[in-house]
Amino acid sequence: MDILALLAFDDTGWGDEMLMGMVITLLVSVSAMAIGLVFSVFATMSKLSNNVFSRVLGNTYTTVVRGIPELLVIYLFFFGFNNALMAAAKSLFNYHEYFEFPVFLTAAIAVGIISGAYSTEVIRGSFLAVPKGQIEAAKSVGMSKFQIFHRILVPQVMRYALPGLGNVWQLTLKDTALISVMAIAEIMRTAQIAAGNTKEPFVFYIFAAILYLTLTTVSTHALNSAENWANKGVRRA
Amino acid sequence: MTISSGYFQMCEGLPGREGWLNFNLMCEKLPDLLKGVPLTIELVSISLFIGLFLALGIAMMRLSNNRVLNGFARGYVFYFRGSPLLVQVFLLYYGFGQFEFVQQSFLWPFLKEAYWCGILALTLNTGAYTAEIIRGGLQSVPFGQIESARAMGMSGLLLYRRIIFPIAFRQALPAYGNEMILMVKGTSLVSIITLMEITGIAKQIIAKYWTPVEIFLIAGLLYLILNFLVTQLVKYLEIKFTPYLRHPK
Repeated sequence: MDILALLAFDDTGWGDEMLMGMVITLLVSVSAMAIGLVFSVFATMSKLSNNVFSRVLGNTYTTVVRGIPELLVIYLFFFGFNNALMAAAKSLFNYHEYFEFPVFLTAAIAVGIISGAYSTEVIRGSFLAVPKGQIEAAKSVGMSKFQIFHRILVPQVMRYALPGLGNVWQLTLKDTALISVMAIAEIMRTAQIAAGNTKEPFVFYIFAAILYLTLTTVSTHALNSAENWANKGVRRA
Repeated sequence: MTISSGYFQMCEGLPGREGWLNFNLMCEKLPDLLKGVPLTIELVSISLFIGLFLALGIAMMRLSNNRVLNGFARGYVFYFRGSPLLVQVFLLYYGFGQFEFVQQSFLWPFLKEAYWCGILALTLNTGAYTAEIIRGGLQSVPFGQIESARAMGMSGLLLYRRIIFPIAFRQALPAYGNEMILMVKGTSLVSIITLMEITGIAKQIIAKYWTPVEIFLIAGLLYLILNFLVTQLVKYLEIKFTPYLRHPK
């Protein structure tokens, strides 16, 4: 069979399945990135707080998640998350029935926790990059804590964090290949199924690599223009 | 024998299945998981070692003015940094094996073994990332230093050995430390192609006892310890190679 027939958009070819896999990969990455950003905002707050306990909690989160293999986190969620939820439902709500948490969401949360740990470091660094004098100045003109946060900190932190978050996005995109072990039909899993069915692993893994490269290349360009847009008011030497 | 039986007796004393976590089983299976540590370390050190030389070559190609070499290095880095490691492992292990000519070539004794495929994939991958780190390090060497070395009459290898490499090495060390940690974590992927390192053994135990949380926690702890050792090593090297930044005692 030639390559075009293998990758055709019909019932016998795998082109449409692979593209669908690319859509799933994108969906998981976007959800994971969003979940990770929510995590990282909380983790940044706890890492920068004055409370020793919450600092330790934040540091433990980023150190542990960044220190163990992504695959291990994903396995842990795949095998343990549903049981943990059922145990929690049992003890908190006295709910004894069996249920299955959607595996797509489990995957998004698992990858989200990984990407959140990396985002935390990026956002923390950006917070610290805002000059102290600006916060002092904001205090001296009588801004409240919330006003300082959303008028002074957020606009600058978003700009400083953009390049770093772009890197995290690329990492997240590639980490989603690991959720193929959860049997979610993203690029990698679809390629595995197609390779198994057609006995043509080379074609499909190359095609999978091309799809990932497309995603990362498009992201690189999008991130570059986003950075240019965000920095258009900044003076440069 | 007495030490090990004593150890298992100690494990017996820990809370078992009734609690939140089965500490008894975690303690009992720790020695089994520890058996995976040597393979993990072996995979990391071999691929980092070969990868470093590969990366040096790629970085030099990337900085050369030769169009072909430069293009090749660009493409290499683009592919290995832009696609997931898992795809690279699968392509090597399953993809290349399908061709007759590969199966008949002298490479087949290597490529049919998951071990060599794993090492090859990890080496090629770290080669690409490290090449960019080295390129950054080489480009960070102040031009004035190279100029003055040339003015002293140094050329070629001598210039590289005495001036460029030491400065670039110091500059690249923190980033290379991160890459080493990425490699330690990357080795867990070769468990998917049947290698029995820490993650592979963990999966095997879980298939038997169905205690995922306990076993993966122990496996995670082992990786954390390995990565902690790596960060300490990098910290030590950083202090050693920046004598001019040390505080006077």
